[in-house]
Amino acid sequence: MSFEWMYWTLPTAIFFISIFLMLCGMLVWELVSPTTERKGFLMIPITRGTRFFLGLLGSAYIHLAWIGFTDMTLWFASVLSVGWIIVVMRWG
Amino acid sequence: MEKWENNKAWFLVLPVFIIVAFSAIIPLMTVVNYSLQDIWGPGQQVFVGIEWFEEMLANERLQDALWRQFLFSGLVLLIEIPLGILIALAMPKRGWGVSASLVTLAVPLLIPWNVIGTIWIIFTRPDIGLFGVTINSLGIAFDHTARPLDAWITTMLMEVWHWTPLVVLLAYAGLRAIPEAYYQAARIDGASVWATFRYIQLPKMRGVLTIAVLLRWMDSFLIYAEPFALTGGGPGNATTFLSIYLVKIATGQFDLGPAAAFSLIYFLIILLFSFIFYQALLNVGKGDK
Repeated sequence: MSFEWMYWTLPTAIFFISIFLMLCGMLVWELVSPTTERKGFLMIPITRGTRFFLGLLGSAYIHLAWIGFTDMTLWFASVLSVGWIIVVMRWG
Repeated sequence: MEKWENNKAWFLVLPVFIIVAFSAIIPLMTVVNYSLQDIWGPGQQVFVGIEWFEEMLANERLQDALWRQFLFSGLVLLIEIPLGILIALAMPKRGWGVSASLVTLAVPLLIPWNVIGTIWIIFTRPDIGLFGVTINSLGIAFDHTARPLDAWITTMLMEVWHWTPLVVLLAYAGLRAIPEAYYQAARIDGASVWATFRYIQLPKMRGVLTIAVLLRWMDSFLIYAEPFALTGGGPGNATTFLSIYLVKIATGQFDLGPAAAFSLIYFLIILLFSFIFYQALLNVGKGDK
């Protein structure tokens, strides 16, 4: 079975492998200590998984906004995104 | 006994997971791969980084299509939801009229989407269409192939005709579910028609109306077949919605990289709105208790 038709590149492979590893991490975390719903600064009762989803979605928007509004390197957006994910996971 | 014992049920989810992997996850991964490369033939590609995203985010035609799309979906909700509620309130509550109006309302929902576009092309043609000929003979110049405003009016009319019945059916189901006792209490208190609507019917319809808003927003945001058949995105770019523009880039010009970047941006917008509506739907009626 060949995956040539998917036009893989090293950066996208690293990207998807990290998402996959993060999901595996979430699974292990869930098995070790199951999540409970709580309200944070987002004012909606959500679980850990939803918070992780919002972290990733927000990161995508941060990167798009960075590309759209600035000419600086994208690494700043990535650092900002990691901060956003931590904030959402902890206080969201 | 541990409660984890019965985990075999997860295997029943496996077929769905495989189907979603093949229909959504693997294609999405491929689109992400496309979006970072310039591909000009099988096996001929070069990595370009975020160039296509920069190009697409700065693309004025895309921005125009995006605002057009928001305007269209906003108008759809502003017109279809109140109109649907009004029609549902006016519908008969018993007797043969119920079936008759339900069947009549369901007709537009049963017609294939590209056929709807074709019906409205002919219906609004200024030379042979019933609507076009009538309105032109009244002295109003109307031609959806030449004037942007007329194209918008025709597209909105078609959309409202096609999808308001869905809102009506949902609102009607919500109305029929209200127990008679509420109306009796309202009559005893001497409540006006407006007060009955505002404090009994509207709150009781909240659940179905949220679903109606959700469905109409998503469907109108993804609309393709009807306006494509009706106007082809024209005149000019007047009715070029996001999906029409996307298809133009992807299969018209075969610019896979820019089209992939575009569709990822489109996907993120839809994902955000889906999340918001999903949360709204989950929390509907929680305040009632």
